[in-house]
Amino acid sequence: MEDKIIVKTKYFKLNKPIKLECQKELSDIEVAYETYGELNEAGDNAILILHALTADAHAAHYHSKDDKKPGWWDTMIGDNKAFDTKKYFVICSNILGGCKGTTGPSSINPNTGKPYALDFPVITIEDMIKVQKELIDFLGVKKMIVVGGSMGGMQALEWSISHPDLVKSTIIIACAPRLSAQGIAFNAVARNAIISDKNFNNGNYYEGEHPERGLSIARMVGHITYLCEEAMHNKFGRDFKDKPSFDFGVDFQVESYLEYQGRIFVDRFDANSYLYITKAVDYYDPTKKYGSLENAFKNTNSRFLIISFSSDWLFSTEQAKTMVNALVKDNKEVSFVELKSACGHDAFLIEWEKQTKIIESFLKG
Amino acid sequence: MLNYRVIVDLVEENSKILDLGCGSGALFKMLTDEKKVKGVGVEIDENCVIEALEKGLSVIQGDLDEGLKQFPDKSFDYAILNQTLQSTNNPEFVIEEMLRVAKQSIVSFPNFAYWKVRFYLFFKGKMPKSKQLPYEWYNTPNIHLLTVNDFFEFCKKRDIKIEKSIYLTRRKKRSGFLIKTITNFFSEEVIFIIKK
Repeated sequence: MEDKIIVKTKYFKLNKPIKLECQKELSDIEVAYETYGELNEAGDNAILILHALTADAHAAHYHSKDDKKPGWWDTMIGDNKAFDTKKYFVICSNILGGCKGTTGPSSINPNTGKPYALDFPVITIEDMIKVQKELIDFLGVKKMIVVGGSMGGMQALEWSISHPDLVKSTIIIACAPRLSAQGIAFNAVARNAIISDKNFNNGNYYEGEHPERGLSIARMVGHITYLCEEAMHNKFGRDFKDKPSFDFGVDFQVESYLEYQGRIFVDRFDANSYLYITKAVDYYDPTKKYGSLENAFKNTNSRFLIISFSSDWLFSTEQAKTMVNALVKDNKEVSFVELKSACGHDAFLIEWEKQTKIIESFLKG
Repeated sequence: MLNYRVIVDLVEENSKILDLGCGSGALFKMLTDEKKVKGVGVEIDENCVIEALEKGLSVIQGDLDEGLKQFPDKSFDYAILNQTLQSTNNPEFVIEEMLRVAKQSIVSFPNFAYWKVRFYLFFKGKMPKSKQLPYEWYNTPNIHLLTVNDFFEFCKKRDIKIEKSIYLTRRKKRSGFLIKTITNFFSEEVIFIIKK
């Protein structure tokens, strides 16, 4: 075993308020971020990693020697990995609205001295990028590659559209330019589960019991959308945990998996953040904003690599292709690969070997 | 490879190309290096796509038989279909799509009426194999083999204009029209520029 590389999450405080899409201003924003590798003098070897719904700034390496698990995309970031830290300056920050160090609904509202809860303004993907831009400027980045999977892909897409001068390459993985009606429906069920929890208390639960049951049901719904029929069949089939219990407890392996995922999630995530972030995903729609996807991409100045997974129905190949087609129509440099996988949407965190090959080739080219 | 050389010579500088079935991108790379073309390749095989990406080319993984509907009419100077026509499921559809999306199309294929191929079948009584056609009948991707005469007939029926024709034999090339029957007999491989 190679030695664990230890990293620390750093914090950056914005020195000005940010005007949000909802027209409200948010001040005292703090951003949690990590960096790996060194920025070169020209400031043009940066890669900004954009995380998905519930991840954080800790994308690679370990926080301590005893840490069992590395950062969430450690398979892809490091020496001689797809995002080679010998060559690139890799940055990952927690999104606005999150609960992993960056300002969100669980942060203290400076006006009241209490957590924002539902007083936190509704944020969008565009707002997340505005905050990241402040961090990027602070770090001295002049040109960069943006990369993200799932909701991270939406952020990468938005970066390429809103900052054509900064973004030279864009890698969008397991993503769509907007969530399908089916995706919104699942998010709605998840939010309903949280809001109807008896402990929700209109979001003001920080001093008492948290809406844990609601949040864990939301996570269970999420996990259904991250898998697919084939993946569920391969993982669990109709297997029982033990024997049929003849009551309404957890009987099947698949139930047990969802229970477990729900249970561990409540320890690491804030229910209000889940509401805000899923809403941001639901709202994101550059096709509507610019009239068409071709219009949205018109001023981009980036090479694009778009990767989809064959069994991902939450962000399907068909949806990914709408971006490819729009970019082709705009005469932009675009490459597209659909990877065969039986893992559903989860594939983007599992099938790292294939992604490494593709991304390395794309970055080399 | 000779046919790459010939195709590179046919393409004008700085043009926009669509390389259909671009494989690992060897021809496409030659075109970008020598003729400064821009454009995109389409390839179905994942490993080939990766190799083409490594060369710095833009490649879209896709199946030609599903059509080129993402490409608007006449959006390329050239659509290139090099040694791929005979392995498509629906060659008629693929050619029609090429003619729609590009001002000119370059199509090359091995000629099944080449004398060596004919002799193979005649004397051995077996499906012909050669350097150009190395597969067995049961595993060949070449499911729509054709001859020079077949292609002429195909174009005539559809009012497709043949702008240029180049015949390759034993690493030599000849252009223009010869007597059709002789051409059909002596050409190992053919390259046509067509448009509509």
